[in-house]
Amino acid sequence: MKKKLALLGLVVLVLYSCGEDNDDNQEPQVFTTFEFTHNWDGALITSINFNAIQYTNENGDLLSIERLRYVVSDIIFSNEERTFELDIYNLIDVTNNDMSFTPQESIPTGTYNVSFTFGLDNEDNSENLIDLNSESFNVPDNLGGGYHYMQLDGKFINSSMEEQGYNYHAIRAVENPGPNPTFPQDTFFNVDLGNIVINDNVEVEVEMNIAEWFKTPNLWDLNELNQMLMPNASAQILMYQNGQNVFRLGDVN
Amino acid sequence: MLTNKGTRHIIFFFGLLILNYNCSSDDSTHVPKLQPLVIPEIFSDNIIDPIIPSDNPQTTEGIALGKRLFFDNILSANGTKSCASCHSPQSAFTDNAPTSVGIDGIAGTRNSMPLFNMAWNYNERFNWDGKALSLESQAIEPVENPIELHSDWDNVVARLQAHPDYPELFDLAFNTSTITKELTTKAIAQFERTLISANSKFDNYLRDQAVLSPQEINGLDIFLREDKGDCFHCHGNPNNPLWTDNDFHNNGLDSQFTDLGLGAVTGDPSDNGKFRSPSLRNLAYSAPYMHDGRFSTLEEVINHYSEGLQNSPTIDPLMKKVDEGGVQLTDQEKADLKAFLLTLTDPSFIANPDFQN
Repeated sequence: MKKKLALLGLVVLVLYSCGEDNDDNQEPQVFTTFEFTHNWDGALITSINFNAIQYTNENGDLLSIERLRYVVSDIIFSNEERTFELDIYNLIDVTNNDMSFTPQESIPTGTYNVSFTFGLDNEDNSENLIDLNSESFNVPDNLGGGYHYMQLDGKFINSSMEEQGYNYHAIRAVENPGPNPTFPQDTFFNVDLGNIVINDNVEVEVEMNIAEWFKTPNLWDLNELNQMLMPNASAQILMYQNGQNVFRLGDVN
Repeated sequence: MLTNKGTRHIIFFFGLLILNYNCSSDDSTHVPKLQPLVIPEIFSDNIIDPIIPSDNPQTTEGIALGKRLFFDNILSANGTKSCASCHSPQSAFTDNAPTSVGIDGIAGTRNSMPLFNMAWNYNERFNWDGKALSLESQAIEPVENPIELHSDWDNVVARLQAHPDYPELFDLAFNTSTITKELTTKAIAQFERTLISANSKFDNYLRDQAVLSPQEINGLDIFLREDKGDCFHCHGNPNNPLWTDNDFHNNGLDSQFTDLGLGAVTGDPSDNGKFRSPSLRNLAYSAPYMHDGRFSTLEEVINHYSEGLQNSPTIDPLMKKVDEGGVQLTDQEKADLKAFLLTLTDPSFIANPDFQN
């Protein structure tokens, strides 16, 4: 048995030595981790803060958050010399504290402009993504198919001073729901985080200010727009416009 | 990419491994035969792999033992009931009582959940309230519950150990004839994971092997429309063949709670009144409905969502038009929705000989 183990060790050593020659002229490769944090105009929000009606939007509506999950995809690292696009997507699930991910693909060290897509571009959105299916994140075919970009659910105090549910669900804007829906404009969007120096494995914090979804440029009145927004193309375009100001770069470590 | 030289090394390496395996195979210990789940194509094409615990792989012997235990009254204190007493194959592994009656004739407070496709419960929270954190641990509680099998695990293990067959069956399944509570529930969980339902009319429709009627198609549309039934947010869609999100929701049954559901498990008041969404498969067999079996018919269920919602602080915000009592479907829409729901019925599941006693 000892002889066998020794032989086995030798084989592993030889295999390891053979592979080592290939690394000589490669640039250092590093991994990036994206950590998404959430706040309400600067006040940190985690799932611990869910369920209590404690936030006031720009319109003056008091509201709670009960569920928040969204998809980010297609991370791009670019500078004057080259561009690396990571064709990936990830579900950020604040409700279940699943808010960071590390792409499997490494990149060479350098200074890059870093951006990602909020939601899924139309090509990705037309694919059968089994992990998103498993999360029941789909958009029905009669609403254009594909996937939610975001589910933000909670309650607000309506004009009758009663609690009422809201479902701020961002999807690809769709008109004529049914067997032949049409799409007035794209509602996924690019988020530019600016330049980041990446000299080693790095953790990039991306901050979402949830209040911005209700603020700029469209003042969001939850009494007017609260539920059944998926088949409402105008509401989807308002979400798309407000989403432009939602994300910013946080700490880079 | 591997070089040719590297390939030869790998072949040699595996050769050594095989040699090693053969050397140890002289051991007389029985090796249970692995029997992976047969995953329906409609699942593998659309959702991620099932959850199989690394310490409880599916084996032919383990599944057979689990099946025998599932149907055996030996688990109950007085030998009158088994798991199958409340989880009958003919009822999609539930029973048809609002709440199940234990060995002492006492009714419980919860409706027996139907059992199928449980290996795809990715959160691994079982029971209506999510109390059980694995299929193995789920099988522990009913045996000792005083309003269910009202037994004692020490006694159960002693009875199994003294049985003429079980020690050998455990030996075949787990390489030990020393029976324990943990091995007993492992075997039951293995059998339960084989209970897969994926052959309904709607499954066949998706496979282009069946045609839905206009009424069923219209019912599907109502199911999937956010401004109509809006069932899909909690109960899935054609791309999620489980027809449940396996998550916990307060679906507006009560304005005040006599059963806190998930809230009693987590201790978080914001979870009060939340229960796990059941799958919509096999509704034709699994009446009555809801965690307390309060609705005898599908019509009652649909009426609840249409105009019977009760408001409460924890009602799920996905519930629409709560102030009006619900989504306000017409009689025709209700009939169409029911017709669609019944297309999720899988007769081959309840007739599967592998699942019968």
